[in-house]
Amino acid sequence: MSIIYLTNIQAHSIERRVQLYMILKNNFSKTIALIVGTLLLLLCMGVSIVYGYANTSIQTTIESFTQFNQSNEHIIIQNVRIPRVLIATCVGASLAITGVLMQTLTKNPLASPGILGINAGAGFAVVFAMIFFHVSNLQSFAWIAFLGATIAALSVYGISSAGRDAVTPVKITLAGAAISALFASLTQGLLATNEAALEQVLFWLAGSVQGRKLEILLSVLPYLIIGWIAALLISSKMNILALGDDVARGLGLRLGFMKLMVGLIVILLAGGSVAIAGPIGFVGIVVPHFARKFVGTDHRWLIPMAALLGGILLLLADVTARYIIMPQEVPVGVMTAMIGTPFFIYLARKGGKK
Amino acid sequence: MKNLKTIRLLQNKVSFLLDIKASKKLTLISIIALAVFLFSASFGDSFINPIKVLQVLIGNGSDFDQLIIVDFRMPRIFIAAFAGMALAVAGAILQGIIKNPLASPDLIGISAGGGAAVVGFLAMFSDSNHSLTVSIEWLPLAGFIGATIVGLIVYIFAWKDGVTPTRLVLIGIGVSAFMQAITTMLMIIGPIYQASEANKWITGSVKSADWSQVQIVVPLILILLLITFFITRQLNVQELGDDTAASLGQSVQKTRLFLLLLSSSLVASAISFAGAIGFVGLMAPHIARRIVGPSFGVLIPTSAAIGAILVMVADIIGRTAFNPLEVPAGVFTAAIGAPYFIYLLFRNPRK
Repeated sequence: MSIIYLTNIQAHSIERRVQLYMILKNNFSKTIALIVGTLLLLLCMGVSIVYGYANTSIQTTIESFTQFNQSNEHIIIQNVRIPRVLIATCVGASLAITGVLMQTLTKNPLASPGILGINAGAGFAVVFAMIFFHVSNLQSFAWIAFLGATIAALSVYGISSAGRDAVTPVKITLAGAAISALFASLTQGLLATNEAALEQVLFWLAGSVQGRKLEILLSVLPYLIIGWIAALLISSKMNILALGDDVARGLGLRLGFMKLMVGLIVILLAGGSVAIAGPIGFVGIVVPHFARKFVGTDHRWLIPMAALLGGILLLLADVTARYIIMPQEVPVGVMTAMIGTPFFIYLARKGGKK
Repeated sequence: MKNLKTIRLLQNKVSFLLDIKASKKLTLISIIALAVFLFSASFGDSFINPIKVLQVLIGNGSDFDQLIIVDFRMPRIFIAAFAGMALAVAGAILQGIIKNPLASPDLIGISAGGGAAVVGFLAMFSDSNHSLTVSIEWLPLAGFIGATIVGLIVYIFAWKDGVTPTRLVLIGIGVSAFMQAITTMLMIIGPIYQASEANKWITGSVKSADWSQVQIVVPLILILLLITFFITRQLNVQELGDDTAASLGQSVQKTRLFLLLLSSSLVASAISFAGAIGFVGLMAPHIARRIVGPSFGVLIPTSAAIGAILVMVADIIGRTAFNPLEVPAGVFTAAIGAPYFIYLLFRNPRK
């Protein structure tokens, strides 16, 4: 809608840029892409339920729904695999949406909750509460993670907007890395003095969707759903925001309010994800770029596409993580880092000319 | 310029400019570092009068004091002081290469690489009784290999018709995250005892220092510092920018690579026994620059002295503030370092 208000030349150049960039051009093919994405997501969910250390087949999986018989396989499927799959899907989708929002907000292709210190902040808050207030209740875990995420997000934004000039991508990345390092160091310090707590949280800190109960997801799910819906609702406004602050203001967008909204959604989704799965990095960086390749920069398509791809990526990473050092499992956060780092380097090299 | 004095040695073969005012300041800071070094031996589970400490050091103390100071406290103070120096100098060199005041070995992944290598070393060469199957003397080598390899990887990936400082930092951040992921994985697949050891190490602690470690680390760092001292003029040239440096006859990229290697060697030797004590490489050169100015000739030794003071003080706080609990020194350097970093960003709106 907003593009109409631009001059013809501007609109034309934007359109051409977008067209060069993306593969799918019209709404019909984008709709097909979303449907294919959904099917792929469902397929990955199925694969993730069926394959793992305990041998199960598609048949036993279906039987566990239709005629549950208390056998080991059925219990594993119902109590271990299904929560895990649902959690991976929700967390992957949330992180991917967070990545899209942060990249547009900061105009930084490298922005994501991991790089900008939000994960580390939430992680620190949870460890702190566990050691000093002996919190083990899941509901409060979520609130504490939100608090930590908020503090970290505010400090990164505060720091990086402190200068008189505009917030440059490098500056915001550096600020995030430093905040991240600080929180990581504080977390490690707490754990170094408390070995019992280390044992409890080590796996959580690496980022993992293993061994989480469905209740953890359910306690956080309302916040995630609010975040998803809100992200979709503001998606057309995000398109205006992406044109730059001056243009957006000229088009009548309430910038302050808009940025606040985006910040809140980021905190809801990133904080919620950390509360469930621990800090999982790189999903937020990688997925938005792939989603943009498919559907372009229109956020009304980009956000749902990124959500689907995020779920798929995390599910696949989780299935792979089960097989690498069997019978043990690699935390999925380590897997995403292994997939994500080469991509991060690619992006950093590509953007280096600026 | 009236404060500068030229010193020529060996029939004019070696000459350097001495900034008298800065040298005075450097002397003062060195004396402070020495004082902290001595005072540091007084603190611990029990307070020992500094005069008694001096008596012990000249060989006159009681046997009990002798035991505590020489056997328990001195090794960790030595390690703290030298690790501080090495990290500070490594940071000063990196800031010179990258020309970004926010660069430090922790940010660009060198520390994380050393960390992953050391945790990997502990995991690979530990038997079921948690004792090492090979000599601990190899640990710095493992750290060095890790730090250097990561330093090189970052450098290679940042190469695209030469290395720009910005790209080096960004890629360093990415590689650093990757190394942390590997470290976490090694910690998880090992036994919990090992994870706890590794965690203490990653945070940066000089708690388990002993004389055998001092014997390895101190000569190593001294040699590296000596090399650094001779290469400072190259650093001064690098800071002028690539074009100027090239026109002054410097082979810019080669020098930059060598400096990067030197910096990672310093980091590796520091963190091999003291762990990844964060933010020292960021803070010390900045504080030093504010005191003696940007010329690397005096900046490097001043940074070294300040780095030593920082880590020693952090260690004193760590072992006394929450007694009987020992908090790793790295927590305090991070706690001071991060606000300082924020202060730098507020102070430097230009870059």
